[in-house]
Amino acid sequence: MAQIELAPTFREERARSFWADLLIRLVREKPLGTVGGAIVLLLLLVGILANVLAPFGYNETYVGPRLAAPSPEHLLGCDQLGRDLLSRIIYGARVSTIVGLSVAGISVLISTFIGIICGYIGGKLDIIAQRFVDAWMCIPGLFLILTIMAVTGPGMVPVIVVLGIAYGIGQSRIVRSAVMGIKANTYLEAARAVGCSTGRILWKHVLPNVTAPIIVLFTITVGGAILTEATISFLGLGLPPPTPSWGGMLSEAGRRYMLMAPHLAVWPGLFLAIVVYGINMLGDAMRDLLDPRLRGGLGRYDVARKKLPK
Amino acid sequence: MRAYITRRLLLLIPTLLIVTIIVFCAVRFVPGSVIELMAAQIGEAENMEEAIQSIKHGLGLDVPIYVQYGRWLGGILTGNLGKSLWTGRSIGEEMLNRLPVSIELGILALITALLIALPIGIISAIRQDTATDYIGRSIAIFCISVPAFWLATLVVVYPSVWFGWTPAIQYIPILKDPVGNLKQFIIPAILMGMVMSGTTMRMTRTMMLEVLRQDYIRTAWAKGLKEGVVISRHALKNALIPVVTIVGMQLPILVGGAVIIETIFGLPGIGRYFVDALFQRDYPVISAINLVIATFVMLCNLAVDVTYAYLDPRVQYT
Repeated sequence: MAQIELAPTFREERARSFWADLLIRLVREKPLGTVGGAIVLLLLLVGILANVLAPFGYNETYVGPRLAAPSPEHLLGCDQLGRDLLSRIIYGARVSTIVGLSVAGISVLISTFIGIICGYIGGKLDIIAQRFVDAWMCIPGLFLILTIMAVTGPGMVPVIVVLGIAYGIGQSRIVRSAVMGIKANTYLEAARAVGCSTGRILWKHVLPNVTAPIIVLFTITVGGAILTEATISFLGLGLPPPTPSWGGMLSEAGRRYMLMAPHLAVWPGLFLAIVVYGINMLGDAMRDLLDPRLRGGLGRYDVARKKLPK
Repeated sequence: MRAYITRRLLLLIPTLLIVTIIVFCAVRFVPGSVIELMAAQIGEAENMEEAIQSIKHGLGLDVPIYVQYGRWLGGILTGNLGKSLWTGRSIGEEMLNRLPVSIELGILALITALLIALPIGIISAIRQDTATDYIGRSIAIFCISVPAFWLATLVVVYPSVWFGWTPAIQYIPILKDPVGNLKQFIIPAILMGMVMSGTTMRMTRTMMLEVLRQDYIRTAWAKGLKEGVVISRHALKNALIPVVTIVGMQLPILVGGAVIIETIFGLPGIGRYFVDALFQRDYPVISAINLVIATFVMLCNLAVDVTYAYLDPRVQYT
């Protein structure tokens, strides 16, 4: 009897797609995560529609007083070259979106590749590769990234590639430990027993079972990448002017003018902080929903308090 | 315990070797630019090729890369970090001169971070899901999200616009004027500490919550102990062990954050030295700083693991 009753509920649960289910749980269980998600969505929209939303071009100089204070025409004022600050910030959202998503994409590809192979195959290959990862992680991220950026020179492509590789190698550890966690499972043994090739096992059996930590990693990396890009652009080694990078707008070169026009110092950083806050909140919520093991503590503390579904 | 430490120290050697390779190679993939820059400063356009060759020879860059690496590694093993391309000064000495600034900034920032993080983290945990908790958690996430360089820029810009106050540009050594020195360091240190405190705060809260659900805490309550005793004697002692780990793991972040803060506030520490070297493409300096910092991080990680094993008898160090 019980089995007959259970079966339809089970099928019903599975009927919803993975993403729809995740979205529903996010909205229901994680209010702060939903706010973060809304901020991220807004960033994406502004990034995609930058050329429609921005009242002026990002490099279009406005004839009139430079460093103009905010006015109805220029809502956030103008910078030292007479460019509309609001437009530059809107285009900055596009730059941040491109950098964040591409870096996260590259880094997830790299960390998944290294992590799955090292975690599943193990042995000597793993030992050697992990010594390299160890060494890589010993050099603080910012130092490593700045060093390589100093060699490659500024630019959008170098920033994306360097950040992607730097993050990817470091995070391969997390994918690797996730793979090692599922390695002993019976379904992998079964796959081996029916004679699947290693490639097929990795692709069809290991990868689908570590997607949860990979999605979480992706989300967290987007935020980290945007912040790091802003930081290195601030130091003058990231995106070169006139690219409207939020970090670049706050850089050394502009600081003299900020003393005359303090509005220049506020807005780019504020938007940056809001976006990073949103992504962090979303990432946190995703981690709780998908993969509590990544939490850093010994597990989820609110399990005991959680109401069981009736 | 001693066997464990010895083994860990031995394991450092291969890792350090790989670090030297990464650090050495990272700056030498595109070695042309700086030499051309130097040649352009010295001579006329006709002798460019010759000038480049002589500079390369003078700096020992005209030999194959593995010979260069061998020489560099040999120098490091004998305690010689090399010389700056531009000033010719010994990098080791320069770093020693700048070390006190970075250490002072780091210690002050660490103290600030703990002063912010521990109380808020603990209160958040014992008043879980109340308004206090939500405020505490928001502060933590704010500290994680806010870009350090933006806060620092605001601190440099606004007081100067409003009150005509600017942070001291000239570095004041602590021995000359302790009060002036502290005044100069306190604001950068607070900013750095704030940015650092977010992670520690969250870790403290999570660990406290976990410990508060343990049987021995229920026993302590059942004995009729006061809240203060339960929290400080029974919960905190156990919860702080992982927090020590997090603080130790954050030391590298502290070093990274110092790059930004030292640059903005003009403090002549290691971070500032690094940024200056980056702009001058002073490769020996960049490599040397990276190597020293990587070694520092490794030793920190080791110290964290050993402290952990020492503080928590449940951890078996094998």
